[in-house]
Amino acid sequence: MSLKRVHFLTLSITLMLALLLLNLPAGASTRLKLGFGGVFLPLFGLGAAAQSFVDRAAWSAVPRRSLISEIERLQKDNAQLQFEVAQGNVARQERDRLAQDLAWVRKSPWKLKPARVIGREPTTWWRTVQIDFGARDGARVNQSVLTPGGIVGRINAVGYDRSQVALVGDVDCGLAVIVAETRDNGIIKGPQTSAEYGLMEMSLLQNSPQLMAGHAVVTSGLGGVFPKGIPVGRVADTRPMEAGLFTTARVQLGANLNRLEEVWILL
Amino acid sequence: MSWVPLTSLFVAAWLATYAQTQFPMVRLAFGIPFCILPALAAYVAMNHSILITTVFTVVTALGVDSLSANRFGVSVVPFFLFGFIAHISRHVLLQDQRYTQFWLGFTGGILVPLGTLAMLFLGQREPMFGSVTIRQLLLLGLLNGLVCPAFFWLFDRIQQGFDYQPLAVPSFRPDREIKRGRT
Repeated sequence: MSLKRVHFLTLSITLMLALLLLNLPAGASTRLKLGFGGVFLPLFGLGAAAQSFVDRAAWSAVPRRSLISEIERLQKDNAQLQFEVAQGNVARQERDRLAQDLAWVRKSPWKLKPARVIGREPTTWWRTVQIDFGARDGARVNQSVLTPGGIVGRINAVGYDRSQVALVGDVDCGLAVIVAETRDNGIIKGPQTSAEYGLMEMSLLQNSPQLMAGHAVVTSGLGGVFPKGIPVGRVADTRPMEAGLFTTARVQLGANLNRLEEVWILL
Repeated sequence: MSWVPLTSLFVAAWLATYAQTQFPMVRLAFGIPFCILPALAAYVAMNHSILITTVFTVVTALGVDSLSANRFGVSVVPFFLFGFIAHISRHVLLQDQRYTQFWLGFTGGILVPLGTLAMLFLGQREPMFGSVTIRQLLLLGLLNGLVCPAFFWLFDRIQQGFDYQPLAVPSFRPDREIKRGRT
């Protein structure tokens, strides 16, 4: 077989393989992808172990005096938080009682599970992360992912022991939002290249002259993916569009998407 | 041929694919992932057969796609075509020169992501693309250009260390022997 024929054969076989892979049904493609990604599981495990070893090593280098003062500070914070939880419980019981009196549907509080970010998107054109929370932990597609700062994104692919999260600003993670102060509805949708700096374009559904920088933005619950009331961020600036018919605002996200280490999954 | 140099290439690709999802500080500072696979593919294309180049580029591309939001298989064509073109042009490239290795890595670092983006646009998906993409592509090219000579140096050493060395040809030739004395 001549050299040129080998080249021609390799080229044809590889292009056919690529064509076959790209034309697989979505379900089969996802399963194949998650299966192939399993090759990297030992490295993700090793990475997590190395990270925890480094964290412990860093703690062992902290002087005892600092640790004691840190414990004292945490004990004070803990006591204060316990008071606040007790107050919150009383308020919730009162709200439930009133809701029952008014025959409102009782809203269950959010149930959250923690997860660790084990990998980031290897390309520059998507905004996703991998978390160590998969189907065995109860992960499902479209579950909301949060940090104490605010919404992070949604789960868009689930494997046995890891999931892929589409971050806010990715084409797969649109948000229906509402401005808490003015009750204006808007949407944040991807792809957004300014997302690198935590700024997102929010298109409002109507003109809103009352909207000001600093107003809080939360999820509106429309669209059925994200529940209502999850903090998103604060309005950074606004500008009118389409001869004043609509308003566009930039929102500074509450969560820092560039420094995600641990996230919470809304069950 | 020893199996160690070839295995070390695949292990390096495995680690490099994983590294592409790590190092948040690199991403924070330069806005790009630590992507050095095109440079590795350039080394393989220059030093191995078309079969090994094909297997290497296809497996590497599938590894990247499996950890990314890309459709599975979308990077296969750009990775393979880069390896294939580099392989068939290797006879006209001065591959022992550092600047050739730099430009090979630089070209791969730009062409592979650009090809994948083109495939995504053809597949009617909407990846992030803007003026920032040009800066990211140039940085990826520069990163791959810088690591490519290092890969050539490292894997050439591994090759020399583990592969069978060619037998040294002795300088003695019986037909050139000077016969002394009376015959």
